[in-house]
Amino acid sequence: MDQLRISTDRIDAGLSLKQFETEVPEAGAIVSFSGQVRPKAGDQSVTALHLQAYPPMTDNGISNAVDQAQRRWPLQGVQVLHRVGDIKVGETIVFVATASEHRRAAFEAADFLMDYLKTEAVFWKKEIRSEGEVWIEPRDQDYQDQARWTKNKVT
Amino acid sequence: MAEILFFGRMGDVSGQMSERVSLPETIETVTDLRRWMENRFDQTGAFEDPTVRVAVNNAIVTENFRVSDSDEIAFMPPVGGG
Repeated sequence: MDQLRISTDRIDAGLSLKQFETEVPEAGAIVSFSGQVRPKAGDQSVTALHLQAYPPMTDNGISNAVDQAQRRWPLQGVQVLHRVGDIKVGETIVFVATASEHRRAAFEAADFLMDYLKTEAVFWKKEIRSEGEVWIEPRDQDYQDQARWTKNKVT
Repeated sequence: MAEILFFGRMGDVSGQMSERVSLPETIETVTDLRRWMENRFDQTGAFEDPTVRVAVNNAIVTENFRVSDSDEIAFMPPVGGG
């Protein structure tokens, strides 16, 4: 199982979770998150997303975030899958799974990794809308979510 | 020749994803490079926008970092995936 995969290949979140479960037989808690392309941006319809990455910066940054998560929480397994290229509405953009003995570590580590992916991971994201194409940058809320992890505890 | 990469909205500003170009000898720092790119492509401030970071050979650098004609240089607007 790849701990990190950035690819134009489609992500099957259900299948990925099943495979992840078989990798962590000692775990008592498994959390997975999948993000998919929304059909709407406000009142405009969205047909697809286009994602760019800059390997190796993208890969190195996510690997470093995974290392941080493993130092911070007692994890038995972590997986991050991320699409690049053209992604249609309803398709999975990102899949994150974490496993630990008890649930809190798995929940928090998955939340931490998603906040990293939303605000610091080296990707650029363009929405293909009915009325044109728009580059999407993180919202203030995304940066506030990310800032929670620089404190000792989640507030 | 330097390899210049244009990510996100910078690709729209420059009309390309990348270019190979000889940097004039007058360009020493990232600040100089931003000014030169601004004059070549945009003239609306996109290359001098402080939220657009510059990476040289896969590392984010500061404004007084010295660039050379063999570098891979990326213009990186705010990042975010997921």
